[in-house]
Amino acid sequence: MCTMITTKHQFEARAKGPDGWFEVKQVYLGYDHPAHSPSDHAVLFDLANEEIGTGARLGVELTTEAATRLAYLLLETVQQAARYEAKSARK
Amino acid sequence: MINTDSYEGMLAETIVVRGNNGDLIHAYQARPLGPGPFPGVLLFHHRPGWDSWYRATTRLFAAQGYWALSPDLYCRIAHGSPDDVGARARAEGGVPDDQVIGDAAGCIEFLKGQPTSNGKAGLFGTCSGGRHAYLAACNIEDVDAVVDCWGGNIVADDDTLTPMQPIAPASLTESLNAPVLGIFGNDDHNPTPADVDELEEILRSNRKEYEFHRYDGAGHGFFYHDRPSSYRAEAAVDGWEKIWTFLQDNLA
Repeated sequence: MCTMITTKHQFEARAKGPDGWFEVKQVYLGYDHPAHSPSDHAVLFDLANEEIGTGARLGVELTTEAATRLAYLLLETVQQAARYEAKSARK
Repeated sequence: MINTDSYEGMLAETIVVRGNNGDLIHAYQARPLGPGPFPGVLLFHHRPGWDSWYRATTRLFAAQGYWALSPDLYCRIAHGSPDDVGARARAEGGVPDDQVIGDAAGCIEFLKGQPTSNGKAGLFGTCSGGRHAYLAACNIEDVDAVVDCWGGNIVADDDTLTPMQPIAPASLTESLNAPVLGIFGNDDHNPTPADVDELEEILRSNRKEYEFHRYDGAGHGFFYHDRPSSYRAEAAVDGWEKIWTFLQDNLA
């Protein structure tokens, strides 16, 4: 690796890849050379299922600014979801 | 040089070679047709993977008269499209240095064992491949030339070392067995110009034969014609000319 910034985590989700929806088992995070983005480095975010094969992968490449903004947007959505679920539970 | 009334032919195909631990690994081979003799060139692919740029470049070396071999360093990890395999390899932390050295040794033995070999073999790599080429040349005696195109982490701080890449190749320079051609962009972030200065000083202090060419306005990957944001045509054309001259001087 060039930057040595890479981690892999067990993860659960559902993602839609080139062959349709699949069950996600791993998430890869990193900051290194992108395959498609027009920059030397990008934040690299992949949802994958290694048991299915390398094609079971949803790959995303972001600038650091876009990755930061996405992180905040995800947290906002999670907070809204928590308030929704709390309200539903009181009914 | 092309002669318009002379025959030129090439065979390019995927084969298997014995690498580290005698493992069979895939390699893309391109060789000139004819009795030779031909020098060999081993290509170490870059971090993004064993991709179409490396297949095209392997054929480019064959067109220049070299028996060229580009092994799939990620062969043991997975198979699929190069960028999917590259993503998996990245997630695993890359490939172990000792495995790459073993694969390189097997490939060099393969190249020099060909009946059309002239007995010489050089190493070429870009990005992490440049680092692998330098590393292999410090560990394998039977190398005759090294081309390092913007190899990052050849000089490396201890906090960037990993279990798979536990050593900075520059620290092995005393054992370097071949002359080195270095091609670098002065806008690169890894290696930075300071990193290249440090590598040059290490080569100089170890009295190793080397030749560096550094290009203004070029960053990482400026030979990659398939990445317009990286490609720098003028620097790439000049860089390739430097490579052909260097290999002619050392592998003929």
